[in-house]
Amino acid sequence: MTMIFGVPVQALMGQLLVGLINGSFYALLSLGLAVIFGLLRVINFAHGAQYMLGAFVALLLLTVGGINYWLALILAPLIVGLFAALVEKTMLSRLYRLDPLYGLLFTFGLALAIEGTFRWFFGASGKPYAPPSQLTGAVNLGFMFLPVYRGWVVIASLAVCLGVWLLIERTRLGAYLRAATENPVLVQAFGVNVPLLLTLTYALGAGLAGFAGVLAAPVYQVSPLMGSNLIIIVFAVVVVGGMGSILGAIVTGYLLGVVEGLTKVFYPEASNIVIFVIMAIVLILRPAGLFGKDA
Amino acid sequence: MRKFLLSTAAVGLIAAPAVAEVSDGVVKIGILNDQSGVYADFGGKYSYEAAKMAVEDFGGKVLDASIEVVTADHQNKPDIASNIARQWYDTEKVDAIMELTTSSVGLAVQALSQEKKKITINTGAATTELTGPQCTPYGFHWAYDTHALAVGTGGALVKAGGDSWFFLTADYAFGYSLEEQTGNFVKSQGGTVVGAVRHPLATTDYSSFLLQAQSSGAKVIGLANAGMDTQNAIKQAAEFGITAGGQRLAALLFTLAEVHGIGLDAAQGLTLTESFYWNRTPESREFGERFKERTGVMPNMVHAGTYSAVTQYLKAIQEAGTDETGAVAAKLHEMPVNDVFAQNGKVGPNGRLIKDVYLMEVKAPGDVKEDWDYYNVLATIPGDEAFLNPAESGCPLVK
Repeated sequence: MTMIFGVPVQALMGQLLVGLINGSFYALLSLGLAVIFGLLRVINFAHGAQYMLGAFVALLLLTVGGINYWLALILAPLIVGLFAALVEKTMLSRLYRLDPLYGLLFTFGLALAIEGTFRWFFGASGKPYAPPSQLTGAVNLGFMFLPVYRGWVVIASLAVCLGVWLLIERTRLGAYLRAATENPVLVQAFGVNVPLLLTLTYALGAGLAGFAGVLAAPVYQVSPLMGSNLIIIVFAVVVVGGMGSILGAIVTGYLLGVVEGLTKVFYPEASNIVIFVIMAIVLILRPAGLFGKDA
Repeated sequence: MRKFLLSTAAVGLIAAPAVAEVSDGVVKIGILNDQSGVYADFGGKYSYEAAKMAVEDFGGKVLDASIEVVTADHQNKPDIASNIARQWYDTEKVDAIMELTTSSVGLAVQALSQEKKKITINTGAATTELTGPQCTPYGFHWAYDTHALAVGTGGALVKAGGDSWFFLTADYAFGYSLEEQTGNFVKSQGGTVVGAVRHPLATTDYSSFLLQAQSSGAKVIGLANAGMDTQNAIKQAAEFGITAGGQRLAALLFTLAEVHGIGLDAAQGLTLTESFYWNRTPESREFGERFKERTGVMPNMVHAGTYSAVTQYLKAIQEAGTDETGAVAAKLHEMPVNDVFAQNGKVGPNGRLIKDVYLMEVKAPGDVKEDWDYYNVLATIPGDEAFLNPAESGCPLVK
């Protein structure tokens, strides 16, 4: 068998694929964060909680309403987005004129409150969510056993990432959004409802987190803590990609997923810090991030 | 002179019960554990309820003094736990601290309590260090330990033909201790350990580690981790077809609370070791039902163990006629333990409660007859086999 650094090539291929799957979650989550930061200049610490909310909404839709996975995949992000819009309209929008630190503190507090509430009702160990019957089972790829659901995660996240990128970079609505962040007063003068745009943006970012949550529900235990475990990594991904850079967030998400996957083979003990080591190196060499515009 | 000595001795004897009263007029028990993190269901607020239930069942009073239970969240951090313990002892007059989930926390608080001359009864942590090299005269270890888990689950699987093992180990003291003791036991039974991979605590994705375990070709994959880590590993192992491919999973520390969390679809067929199961005897059923009425969940070994620890501590105060630490610790060492949790339990000179533990198998969803009816009890492992002989524990107090 061919070996690379003492690891069989077949095993390495498997790990690369697994890294890509995890990268899909990083990409989806960091995309939402990047959209919110890029357009609202809010560091959304509630992102992990919104991801968790997405998973729980799917779980509740199934157990209480009998609504299946496929509908939940559409409904849950909408519900999370609606909730986020409400939060933005009633609370977050009042903080735009203040130092960005206030937005950070507010969303952090919000995350703690949401997680605490869910922990009270559901306990820390959470509940399982079965994958949809169409996506159970696995395919033998020769070098590894790929669960069908994991393959679906990669495809779904790639499609959504591409869709969001197109929406922001290639549509009229996206153009309004980008213009509104450059110069809100001028855009408003042209008759565009800027506060509404900002609400929509926040809802879109949170909805993406909710979507990732539904995707994650069959893979991970649906638990109130699932978001807080992930949020710090996702922030690191956004920083490495360049704060506010949408393409950067997507590409870096997949890239770091793969790097982390490889670390798990060569030096597993370091797998939860490798992303932060990369972040430190990138910040030293390119403070604006890999895809950020130099200030 | 002789007469004088005799009379003072006599006076001393009569006076003893009057002098030996409860300090501050109240017996205060602290339940210190993880109430918000990965072990919040493993022990958590349910252990606090178990302690309160024990106090109520005891009658609410000991030696005419009232009994109080206080609780706090140590967030699995030894420094936070030590600060809370210090404050409890110094300003809040807490007499004993119990539960203490997480080995690092358990060791830190037990050492501090020795310094403060206070009793700890650990029901939540796993490491045998507590009653081994780091044992103290006032520290007790009640519900289970890594040795019992290794003998129970490890022994059973080797007997069933699982003679080659690969470990997926949480990268901290508890994981190492569990991996080492299980590995040694497997080897002593004629099995082999083909490899191990260490993962950071609170990892969410195990696919990479599971692929390594899968390609190792080992017959058994030992999960030397706990709480949500084990839950995610089991769930993902099913996804990657590991059990379907003929490898067996051994969850070395897994309790009723985690089985409930993960659901029987993923957990069925797992072999595990616990020192308590609610649906084993009429007494344990009665206790379980009462516990569930209060908390909404059935107790696992940590919850039942905490109930037993509090009860035994109060009995010891009653017997000693005082809540003075030295006297109560002496009683705890000598009194047999007989309650819903332990039958004919005895406490070793190292502070280890030696009682039977049970090997369980998680039922298939179709075999469940009522809520929380999750286990088949496969075997009873006698306490003397399950736990280390105190003389071999490495505890310097044992001569």
